[in-house]
Amino acid sequence: MSNSASFFTDFQATDLLFLGEAAGRTLGISAVSITIGTILGCIFGWALQASRWFAQATIGTVLDVFRSVPLIIQLILFYNFFPIIGWKMGPFAAGAFVLSLYTAALVANVVRGGIDAVGIPMRRAARSLGMSYWQDLRYVVWPIGLRAVFPSWVGVALSVIKDSALVSVLGYLELLRASQILITRTQEPFIILACAGAFYFALSYPLSKYSKKLEEGWTS
Amino acid sequence: MDYNFHWRPVFRKLPELLEAGLLTLEVAVLSMVLGITIGLGLALLRMKGPTPLRQIATTWVEIARNTPALFQLFFFGFGLGAFGLHLSPYLIVLAGLTFNNAGYLAENFRGGFLAVPETQVRAARSLGMTAVQTYVRIIIPQVLKIVYHPMTNQMVWAVLMSSLGMLVGFRELSGETQFFASKTYRIFEYFAVTAVIYYVIVKIILLASNLVARRLFKY
Repeated sequence: MSNSASFFTDFQATDLLFLGEAAGRTLGISAVSITIGTILGCIFGWALQASRWFAQATIGTVLDVFRSVPLIIQLILFYNFFPIIGWKMGPFAAGAFVLSLYTAALVANVVRGGIDAVGIPMRRAARSLGMSYWQDLRYVVWPIGLRAVFPSWVGVALSVIKDSALVSVLGYLELLRASQILITRTQEPFIILACAGAFYFALSYPLSKYSKKLEEGWTS
Repeated sequence: MDYNFHWRPVFRKLPELLEAGLLTLEVAVLSMVLGITIGLGLALLRMKGPTPLRQIATTWVEIARNTPALFQLFFFGFGLGAFGLHLSPYLIVLAGLTFNNAGYLAENFRGGFLAVPETQVRAARSLGMTAVQTYVRIIIPQVLKIVYHPMTNQMVWAVLMSSLGMLVGFRELSGETQFFASKTYRIFEYFAVTAVIYYVIVKIILLASNLVARRLFKY
């Protein structure tokens, strides 16, 4: 029976390549979502901080929904909503879209906290020195606020990398989905899951330690 | 837009969905109770435990915080299967959520304990309080105040995370929704209603937490 094909084959070296590619896709979709989400989040966060109630009632409410509904539901919802309004979006585009908005919702809060951390007296001082509103934002609020909330931003970015695993429900072949496929074929769940887990851990652990160190250095 | 929304089949299944929502809440609450208990233990072990136990606690916390929740769920699902241990979907979700909650809460608790200065213990003791009194009257109330808000967040998070149950075949709110959605192909409608239910659950938790906080932290 040596020539017979089997459904179940052992874990091979090429499978590592398969996992590696999938890990690359995890990184790709995370990078795209974090970049877009951070830019949007900065704008939203600034708007939320700067306006009394209008931004709070509009952007604030929408972002609150993004934080209060499970990401997996958001993904399925949007993925099935795009065809209804006639947009053709693959798993990557739909996944990146939802993840970006989700990131933006988290980053907006961080940014608002950062601007609050600068404090009104400091900003009045900047304006009294003759800085324009935008100069105040760029040369006073940005450097000081960034320092205050950079560690929280790293935390958000890391959680987005981890949450990107959920894009697998749309059929996007990222790391966890690839491991699931391999598990079905090789019937060796432990090794494969350990590989996938180790990848996330190796990415997340040093970064979280680094941001914690920064935080300690800055607050003391 | 040539899509006709059909909401009626969804509303007809609303009682089932709400019941599944209760199951979601049940798993989340249970995992929080277990998570708080284990998290407290992990925090204490990390601060004052003997070295081997401290390392185990640290490993637990770091794995829980640095890998995706879905990975943790898969681990309890398929990973343990490698050792011939097959949990029911309910237990997979409960174990996964508890593992995650305990890891995150342990860090919060540790932060809370570290925030109460050591000198307060000595001050309380020199006023004649016993060790137990010191903990119950001086330390715990202050720690509780610090960790209360993160604990509420974790509870909300547990509800949101329990939605991953649908990927391991657990029929809580998301799993139930997927089950009905795949039967009728009204995927968007079903998940839209489910999203609303999640939103309401989260808001109720936050409201309840605020009310309790107002009573607890009057000073």
